[in-house]
Amino acid sequence: MSDPRYPGFDTLSLHAGGAPDPATGARATPIYLSTSFVFRDSDHAASLFNMERSGHVYSRISNPTNAVLEERIAALEGGVAGIAVASGQAALHLGLATIAGAGSHVLASRALYGGSQNLLAYTMKRFGIETTFIDPRDLDAWRANIRPNTKVLFAETLGNPGLDVLDIDSVAAIAHEHHLPLMVDSTFTTPYLLKPFEHGADLIFHSATKFLCGHGTAVGGLMVDGGTFDWQLAYEKTGHFAELCEPYEGFHGMVFSEESTVAPFALRARREGLRDFGAVMSPHNAFTILQGIETLSLRMEKHVANTRKVVQFLASHPAVESVSYPELPEHPDHELAKRLLPKGCGAVFSFALKGDRAAGRRFVESLQVFSHLANVGDAKSLVIHPASTTHFRVPTEQLSASGITEGTMRLSVGLEDADDLIDDLKRGLKAAQKDA
Amino acid sequence: MEFTINGQRAYAYTGGKTFDPALPTAVFIHGAQNDHSVWILQTRYFAHHGFSVLAIDLPGHGRSGGEPLTSVEAMADWLNELLDKAGVSRTILIGHSMGSLIALEAASRSPARVQGVALVGTAYPMNVSPSLLDTSRDRESLAIDWVNIWSHSTIAAKPSAPGPGFWIHGGNQRLMQRIARRNPAKVFHTDFSACNEYRKGEQAAASVDCPALFLLGRRDMMTPAKSAASLSSIMKNARTVTLQHCGHALMAEQPDQVLDTLFSFASGALK
Repeated sequence: MSDPRYPGFDTLSLHAGGAPDPATGARATPIYLSTSFVFRDSDHAASLFNMERSGHVYSRISNPTNAVLEERIAALEGGVAGIAVASGQAALHLGLATIAGAGSHVLASRALYGGSQNLLAYTMKRFGIETTFIDPRDLDAWRANIRPNTKVLFAETLGNPGLDVLDIDSVAAIAHEHHLPLMVDSTFTTPYLLKPFEHGADLIFHSATKFLCGHGTAVGGLMVDGGTFDWQLAYEKTGHFAELCEPYEGFHGMVFSEESTVAPFALRARREGLRDFGAVMSPHNAFTILQGIETLSLRMEKHVANTRKVVQFLASHPAVESVSYPELPEHPDHELAKRLLPKGCGAVFSFALKGDRAAGRRFVESLQVFSHLANVGDAKSLVIHPASTTHFRVPTEQLSASGITEGTMRLSVGLEDADDLIDDLKRGLKAAQKDA
Repeated sequence: MEFTINGQRAYAYTGGKTFDPALPTAVFIHGAQNDHSVWILQTRYFAHHGFSVLAIDLPGHGRSGGEPLTSVEAMADWLNELLDKAGVSRTILIGHSMGSLIALEAASRSPARVQGVALVGTAYPMNVSPSLLDTSRDRESLAIDWVNIWSHSTIAAKPSAPGPGFWIHGGNQRLMQRIARRNPAKVFHTDFSACNEYRKGEQAAASVDCPALFLLGRRDMMTPAKSAASLSSIMKNARTVTLQHCGHALMAEQPDQVLDTLFSFASGALK
């Protein structure tokens, strides 16, 4: 008899957390568009409210469709629980708000999505949570900037905009030396390309809007608790995380770390975070994202295959100054990427066009297959020219501080025929050079 | 709630309420490489419906200190000492897997206060294959994965435990890994050896007169339902409930059915 083994990634993508509907036999996960769920009797109601039983009360706290998505992403990541929220931004906020409060400090990579940067640098600061931003490649900086009030280390698995590859094992080890968790934004890599928990991360979140949904049709976020971090031990050693390890007045004096040895974070994030902040995902969006996840591995393989062809084309084109993709030997994280991301470094990357902002505008405006918009991770190929959109007010001489040039383009490579994408880029490059 | 037994910390979860020895006590005993948290969807209900609850962490497991005990008999003695310290005079003992053997043995050793015994996911003899015994000693992480796979009958248990959105395979795996990380004393191998070597089950079963419940999973691959018959046929006052769509992790896969069956049994046993 062969050794037992867990179901594979594709099987989990299709089945984890979801079985045929017991009431109707429906094979697809039904969209439970119901705000609330009937109690069997008063005792049943009381036991659900008091967490004596598992079940659904009100869709701000949990919903049957969302629960399938939550269990599926937890299974795919190798975690213990998922929490579906309204957006990736809501997931980051939930992660921070569950374990940090006024007086807390966050140590974060400076290579972050702009929305995350804004939340940490400005908005959370207004609520008393301060963030220090550091070069994610600088392990000494991670170690040196931990403070007595630091509650979490945070970075993206592939950073913005240069695709800095996070050395998860090393940063996690530094975090754990200080009894701190490492939280990562794994949006660009998805569990198909990278499993951060296997490298030491403790919390993962996704903007599910991107590759998990995969079709540009739903905004959503997913937080996953790895169950790896020993919050109780950290509390005993440092006094941190009383939110999880001391009685919580807001929930009948519940001590989350007693209720669940491995998942007190997920318990509090749902029972406080969803209850009070209320950034819940619509069940309709949960269904749409579930549909996307069913084909995640197929899509990611094609995304990466197309990206590799596009990268090779651009890297050898005379109108291109540089291409930033970790599979290229000149990328500073090339060796790390070979170890962490053998299946590919995703399908979002930047390249620098030779020329000024006007050349950049001519490039994007002449593309016919790539859509000019502010999103990534769609089945359709996307492009944005930061110097004429997100950074259009930034003086040329200050652009480099953001890691971009006048000619920087960000591509999200979709699932079209690679030859058509390359022809489209040729068209754009020709236009960009025309009057340069 | 904490006690000191043999100079070591002994922890028991009380279901979110203060322990009151004046109430009938429901004692929950976890299985190998587990802790009290496997009972979370049964214990809180009991504690808020007329029982005092002690969901213990066995020595070397969870929050209890010391080394894991090497025999079911020693674990039963440890449990009875804890119940003495807690002042428990009337109790229902509920055990899962290895914990079911401890419940049975403890009941036979302290019959006066035990008013009911529930054996969840049990088998007797609880033989552990040489391969699994060796793997638990030499490659503990692999043994954890094997047992995690064998303990579940589905990848879509509803309602999930401890609540919606929780992936029970992941939770069980992480719990066993946490026990291993917190205690390097080869807890899994010690527990499995204790199960494998326990040979007083028939003697204990014959001596227990109180009501007994066998709560089994039809799809249990760790302790197949048919393997409980040798004990249930001996006990004077036993009944068996078999859950159809359930593996060895009964409390997580069918939390409501397990709770309802246990609560009905415990309430009836007190009358």
